[in-house]
Amino acid sequence: MSTMNLTLRVWRQKGPEDKGRMVTYKVVDVSPDMSFLEMLDVLNDRLIVEGDEPIAFDHDCREGICGMCGMVINGVPHGEQRATTTCQLHMRHFNDGDTITIEPWRAAAFPVVKDLVVDRTSFDRIIQAGGFISVPAGSAPDAHSLPVQKDAADAAFDAATCIGCGACVAACPNGSASLFTAAKITHLGLLPQGQPERDSRAKAMVEQMDAEGFGGCTNTGECTAVCPKGIPLSTIARMNRDYLSAK
Amino acid sequence: MHYTVGEPIQDAKAPEGPVEERWDKRRFAAKLVNPANKRKLRVIVIGTGLAGGSAAATLGELGYQVTSFCYQDSPRRAHSIAAQGGINAAKNYRGDGDSIYRLFYDTVKGGDFRSRESNVYRLAQVSVNIIDQAVAQGVPFAREYGGLLDTRSFGGAQVSRTFYARGQTGQQLLLGAYQALERQIAAGTVTMHTRHEMLDVIVSGGRARGVVVRDMVTGEIETHLADAVVLASGGYGNVFFLSTNAKGCNTTAIWRAHRRGAYFGNPCYTQIHPTCIPVSGEYQSKLTLMSESLRNDGRVWVPKTKGDSRPAHEIPEVERDYYLERIYPSFGNLVPRDIASRAAKNVCDEGRGVGPGGLGVYLDFADAIRRLGRDAVEKKYGNLFEMYERITGENPYEQPMRIYPAVHYTMGGLWVDYDLQSTVPGLFVIGEANFSDHGANRLGASALMQGLADGYFVLPTTVGDYLAGAGDFGDIAQEDIEEAVGQVQDKIDRLLSVQGDRTADSFHRELGKIMWDYCGMERSEESLRKALELIPELKKEFWARVKVSGVNEELNQALERAGRVADFFELAELMCLDALHRTESCGGHFRAESQTEEGEALRDDDAFAYVAAWEWNPDGTPVLHKETLEYEYVKMTQRSYK
Repeated sequence: MSTMNLTLRVWRQKGPEDKGRMVTYKVVDVSPDMSFLEMLDVLNDRLIVEGDEPIAFDHDCREGICGMCGMVINGVPHGEQRATTTCQLHMRHFNDGDTITIEPWRAAAFPVVKDLVVDRTSFDRIIQAGGFISVPAGSAPDAHSLPVQKDAADAAFDAATCIGCGACVAACPNGSASLFTAAKITHLGLLPQGQPERDSRAKAMVEQMDAEGFGGCTNTGECTAVCPKGIPLSTIARMNRDYLSAK
Repeated sequence: MHYTVGEPIQDAKAPEGPVEERWDKRRFAAKLVNPANKRKLRVIVIGTGLAGGSAAATLGELGYQVTSFCYQDSPRRAHSIAAQGGINAAKNYRGDGDSIYRLFYDTVKGGDFRSRESNVYRLAQVSVNIIDQAVAQGVPFAREYGGLLDTRSFGGAQVSRTFYARGQTGQQLLLGAYQALERQIAAGTVTMHTRHEMLDVIVSGGRARGVVVRDMVTGEIETHLADAVVLASGGYGNVFFLSTNAKGCNTTAIWRAHRRGAYFGNPCYTQIHPTCIPVSGEYQSKLTLMSESLRNDGRVWVPKTKGDSRPAHEIPEVERDYYLERIYPSFGNLVPRDIASRAAKNVCDEGRGVGPGGLGVYLDFADAIRRLGRDAVEKKYGNLFEMYERITGENPYEQPMRIYPAVHYTMGGLWVDYDLQSTVPGLFVIGEANFSDHGANRLGASALMQGLADGYFVLPTTVGDYLAGAGDFGDIAQEDIEEAVGQVQDKIDRLLSVQGDRTADSFHRELGKIMWDYCGMERSEESLRKALELIPELKKEFWARVKVSGVNEELNQALERAGRVADFFELAELMCLDALHRTESCGGHFRAESQTEEGEALRDDDAFAYVAAWEWNPDGTPVLHKETLEYEYVKMTQRSYK
């Protein structure tokens, strides 16, 4: 496959107070083997040498697990490739001559910091409200003193694979953080270790989610469709049950 | 670059007596701080990976005031999250003959006799507590149908002691530590600063008393003061530019501490992982690890003929060289990491490599698919094959994978004593950032163990002992704070003022190539001298031509990178100097001049059974302090995998 020439329309915003706008860039000789972020690296190198500011975007591990990267590509969080973070998206899924639109996560509870960088500390505060099991270091009993059914352990693991990227929020028409919050409530609520705090956890985390300005869930399922880790919608039903029974 | 030899390090402060009693002795001897006083003491923790996250959470639980920093937008992003394989613990749940002593023995031997027995024994002891702690936190380890924990075996061990959570053990353990940390943030004991990068340590009255950090959103240079400082800022593999580390991983925190007086231990010890996806082009930004487990069923080969550019399926069986099976008939494709890596480099150097640039070897599953069926292979490795195809666009069921070694872990780091304290009093270093427990080579599934051992169990005890004397620390001199802030500000101003024509990344890439070519898998006196010529020249060019756009007072990723690259240059020189002075081969450090007749690493225990602890010298001539290593329990032997 030969190289591609592309047109990028990228959201540029100097800071939270700036209104922001789309800016068009041409990129040439893009290799199909490049990752999406490497394509942006090459553009940024050019911008820096020309004395412009590089496009700011969050990224770190570049192997799909840290959850730091994330941009809305052609209207879809992390792009159209399913179960893929932005850093794992490769240019071979695009065609020569394409125009690609790149925007930040857009949600009331994720204010833009600069360009494609948003503030997701609201997620940390939801975890602070109760996304843990209270067990100070050194106080744990022997690990085999509490067997866990394999099915429960596996299901807990599935929910625990959430990487906290926020794509679910960006995809949701209501800007809801239900999938993120439900994944943690499900992970801990399925394990015997998580039972003592199960009610208080669900209540506190849901209330914090609301307090942060995330919208409510209306079961559109957009969240799970874009989730790079495939967290299922059923976790939200479980969160709702735990929340209601906690009252 | 020259160096001088200074006073040897006489005492690493491990207690005397039988090795199994030393940690108990140390714990009992450690002075305690009463709860009312803990509330008045502040500890700064840099980094929120397994070591830093668990340390900050535990210190908070104990009642100290903790200030924690990370450069990412959330503490949950630290690169511990990417660890795949598992975590070792001497639980002996299998009854297969494991014990604390055996884990200790395997780790000392695996480290090629370049680690401390006292530290390693403690690590093995504490390993069992880590599993208990993680399970109680709700870490969803793999389980068997009876509900008990599953384990698997891993390289360098004959027992099954590795606990795992599918291929995401690091993620699950890190989220456990992160959740414990967030709980303390909610409780008010830990103050968290995300998107902050540490740029210097404040040393006053001979003690570490604070840090200078940059708020990466506003550019503000801030000072934070404390009674002790803990560095948990990870390894420095990114000095090679391409590595399996996250893009943001850097050496700045430990390098700045080194310049403030903390000795740097064994900087040349680097681990190269044999099974990574090869570089595809000049734009490559990082390398991705493919689990080592693939070597259980994949066969490694290259064409017999130099420059054979036919696709793999057109190369007949007789024209393939299954070189690991040929050279190491008894271990075959399962030789240890360093040996597999070096063998791949050798065949590529001969011009027999495959893929772009000839920097790759085949890992072929055709036999396994014939033998086990495609379904069975898919069940075992399906997610890895998918990841490979996602990145390369090639289907490994139909054509062999291409793999190549990549920098993965740095065993070197700041020198610490048994208490994990550096040579600057009050400055503690934990996790990959220190040099301590892995010697010259780290065994698989031991990094997670060490990070959590340091953070949950060792540091909280030893830092308490130090803080018990806080009454005598005295005031922090204003001039010491101003001097550190001034240095940080000067460096930023210099980077912004060059206004040249090359990006920091382009220099970083070039530096990385020098390091990879001359201080990588195989080092020689000639290659290292070459590197020591090239690095200072490139560094000079960097300071003359680097271009940083924008200003300090904003989110400026170009500036962040330039600052890190500047420190990598200085570290790179010390790594090469350390590699040059250590004329033996050991673990991950292979000197071409020191090999057996079969081409294996040859240690020189008479001359080099010591830790090389380097002291910074502003005049450019580092001072080498040797800490002699003694083995009372594990007999020093030469490894063999033939």
